[in-house]
Amino acid sequence: MSQVDVSQGGRHLAPLLPKLMKAASTVGSIAITMLGLLFVTFVIGRVMPIDPVLAVVGERASQEVYDQVFIDMGLDRPILVQFLYYLGDVLRGDFGDSVLTARPVSQDIARVFPATMELATLGVVLGVVLGVPMGVAAAVFRGRLIDQIVRVLTLAGYSMPIFWLGMMGLLLFYGILGWVGGPGRLDIFFEDIVPTVTGMIMVDSLIAGDWDVFANAFSHIILPASLLGYYSLAYIARMTRSFMLEQLSAEYITAARIKGLSEWQVVWRHAFRNIRVQLITVIALSYANLLEGSVLTEIVFSWPGIGSYITTALLSADMNAVLGGTVVVGLIFVCLNILSDLLYRLFDPRAK
Amino acid sequence: MTDATWKDWLLSDAPRSRGQARLAGLYQGWLKLSRNWMAMVGLGILVVLVMVAMFAPLLAPHDPFAQDLLLRLKPIGFEDHLLGTDSLGRDILSRLIYGSRITLYIVALVTLIAPVVGLLVGTVAGYLGGFVDATLMRITDVFLAFPRLVLALAFVAALGAGIENAVLAISLTAWPPYARMARAETLTIRNSDFIAAIRLQGAGPLRILVKHIWPLCLSSLIVRITLDMAGIILAAAGLGFLGLGAQPPSPEWGAMISEGRRFILDHWWVATLPGLAIFTVSLAFNLLGDGLRDVLDPKDGGSQ
Repeated sequence: MSQVDVSQGGRHLAPLLPKLMKAASTVGSIAITMLGLLFVTFVIGRVMPIDPVLAVVGERASQEVYDQVFIDMGLDRPILVQFLYYLGDVLRGDFGDSVLTARPVSQDIARVFPATMELATLGVVLGVVLGVPMGVAAAVFRGRLIDQIVRVLTLAGYSMPIFWLGMMGLLLFYGILGWVGGPGRLDIFFEDIVPTVTGMIMVDSLIAGDWDVFANAFSHIILPASLLGYYSLAYIARMTRSFMLEQLSAEYITAARIKGLSEWQVVWRHAFRNIRVQLITVIALSYANLLEGSVLTEIVFSWPGIGSYITTALLSADMNAVLGGTVVVGLIFVCLNILSDLLYRLFDPRAK
Repeated sequence: MTDATWKDWLLSDAPRSRGQARLAGLYQGWLKLSRNWMAMVGLGILVVLVMVAMFAPLLAPHDPFAQDLLLRLKPIGFEDHLLGTDSLGRDILSRLIYGSRITLYIVALVTLIAPVVGLLVGTVAGYLGGFVDATLMRITDVFLAFPRLVLALAFVAALGAGIENAVLAISLTAWPPYARMARAETLTIRNSDFIAAIRLQGAGPLRILVKHIWPLCLSSLIVRITLDMAGIILAAAGLGFLGLGAQPPSPEWGAMISEGRRFILDHWWVATLPGLAIFTVSLAFNLLGDGLRDVLDPKDGGSQ
């Protein structure tokens, strides 16, 4: 790359060069991370105590058939070559077929993923809407009652098993009070009414203009989404509080107060303005965590998302599905991490 | 020596030996920690937990595995079953008491594996630098890039369900943050004058790492372990809940919740009580960790 720059009048591009180098090294390290991720899943797939050939040919196949399939599946090739083939398949979006559903894993994932996304998105929205003001309030009224309440709430959030809290929520709000819909995404009479566009039922029902379906979907999603929201709230509020405390002790805040600005202006127009960038990265991270945190939540609420998909596949030894799901979740996780990093660099003037 | 002289000796401004200085440091830390009542509550709970686990056979009113189908799903306070019975008529209180052993077992094993691996990788990478550093940190990044629970799931799938494999899977996902932290600490220590002095005395890399860098990484490592413990307990319980951790009839708390899930609407206590146990223990670790962080690592967090 540097050669090209020089030949096209390097002096002109010279100031850009360090930046380009930096970008190239970032891209390189992302690529290596992703490669490593795929290698780990590949190795997991190989050390599996399940014989992939037997899974295809069955117990009673003759030795010739077994050998033939063994070669057809490429298992006689060196492990590194196998990995390259696996890499090629993954890059084409081919994770093999699921034994359980007898369909390509990629199709299965495309089908279940919107459910997870719907849940995690609503969860993170709740977490941000409630968590950020709570964190700010805790920092402003540091050491006072509201700070203690936020502290107890967040510590409890860090300490509760999410699946257990989900069951308690179902018991209280569904079993006893009957305020919300039970497990699943919809009641049975509402299923398959609205056409699938995005796969997110709340969005699809809005597109179709069907308010009954929307209301029913809402009554089902609100409990699991609040649950995930609580967990991201715990994290977001805690981080917001510590960011705000850092800002509020800065000298420019004292200056703003001396100028005679109202406390509201000092907090929101000055201090909060300066933590927005940090907050964005925290929110992106917590979104990534929710995608994973939804595994257990999905089980409790029989939510047909990627978490349930991986777990069901796991319990029936459907390895293609498990590894495909793991790769997809891992890649999304990496991408969100990178995104939060990029946002930080884009918006923080100091990072430039 | 009497109490007062002990205190004087510990709080002396001019310690006469290295041992005295160390003990004095510990004692001052303890004084600071003991003023934080939340941390003390956490510590208290953990002490009780250890006691309960140690004296489980004496404390448990019943055999945790003894089934009695005539007495299944009895409510709290039924006859001599203080916390009721589960779907096979086993005494829930006794199972909770024995379950504390499993929780401590998991905690101990993970503590033995993850921080040690992390410390090794991190300090070696930080001290040697160059190619070794780049390689080890890439590997760390790969493991950090995975969502923990999903990676643990995949590992357990590969290794087979069971408590040892669950511990191994959790450790495999838990070491990277320790490695990062140990590396960062090593980088700051590596170029300090006292390391240069030791090197001039002829100390090799191994000696420098083991005797001079590791001890300095220890305090932040301990804080991190304590704060991580809650997450580890929750992860182990999650694996148990999914049927991938401890196997029945083992009284593991996560697995107990999973058993109780089928009856949650009619017999709430079967699933609720083990959950409360998990909550209490991980809360205790969080409270203690918070307090320890304030004592050992005043710059980080610094929010209290």
